[in-house]
Amino acid sequence: MAKNIAVIGDIESIKGFSAVGIDIYACKSNDDCGHILRKIADSGSYAIIFLTEEIFDSVEKERSRYEEKLTPAIIPIPSVKGNSGTGIKRLSSFVEQAVGSDIIFND
Amino acid sequence: MAIMNVNPTRMQLSKLKKQLTTAVRGHKMLKDKLDELMRQFLDLIRETRVLREKIEYELSECNSHFVNASAVMSKQALDASLMSQKQQLTIEVDSRNVMSVETPVFSQSTRTSDDGDIFPYGFAFTSFELDDAVMSLQKLVPDLIRLAQIEKSCELMSAEIEKTRRRVNSLEHVMIPRYKDTIKYISMKLEENDRSSRTRLMKVKDMLLDKAHNYSSH
Repeated sequence: MAKNIAVIGDIESIKGFSAVGIDIYACKSNDDCGHILRKIADSGSYAIIFLTEEIFDSVEKERSRYEEKLTPAIIPIPSVKGNSGTGIKRLSSFVEQAVGSDIIFND
Repeated sequence: MAIMNVNPTRMQLSKLKKQLTTAVRGHKMLKDKLDELMRQFLDLIRETRVLREKIEYELSECNSHFVNASAVMSKQALDASLMSQKQQLTIEVDSRNVMSVETPVFSQSTRTSDDGDIFPYGFAFTSFELDDAVMSLQKLVPDLIRLAQIEKSCELMSAEIEKTRRRVNSLEHVMIPRYKDTIKYISMKLEENDRSSRTRLMKVKDMLLDKAHNYSSH
């Protein structure tokens, strides 16, 4: 099934993505983001939703609904403000969940 | 010793023995599944880590290109250049079964036949920094899609590994010992019953012989 890609974040970080064919959803406040995320994730037309790291951290509740589903894949990307390490922390939490302790990222 | 609340009968005993074999077989299979899942997960997570570090680095490069572009162009001109979407990325979603975990497989296709057909603006009134920015982002798209695919797979697999590990542990440390203890309890109880009825019979025989012939077997 053909689906699209979306990116949610502050407009400065995401406007470039529209040039390469990714749908952009700009949001101003964090409440807004949760709302947008639910709306576009439930619409079922997106396979991948990228979130900027700040937003990724603020919509934890909304994200948890899609954790066990195949799509959409909700993935954090660094914003224009720089890399806060959310992405790597998320990976390390996967290792911790699977193995019991973080054996990959603790060096 | 934790035993189940069952009647110590032969029927229960054979039933429990069957359940124990099933539990042992299930435990072995789940353990094998866990080992294989773990192996694949660790491979995948290492790959994800490398890819993510690369993407985070390159995305910050991209962002700096965009900052450069916005420095030489007016905000309105920049926004207007990027506003109209020329290209549309679509993703074909497939799934791959890894040890009973459904993981996604994304393959990318674009609306126009030429992948490089990305610039939604004419080159006359825009700066070359913007071209750089858009081009570097375009190069990153396949990696971004790959990252999404493997990170989602990691997420799904880690949840499955946790679940499987709980099952393996509960079988290994709770269910199987309990079955074994209960089986032991029932067989001991049956033997005990057996012995007690045998001694009773011997005693009765003695009493009958004594009564009839004043004769004892001892």
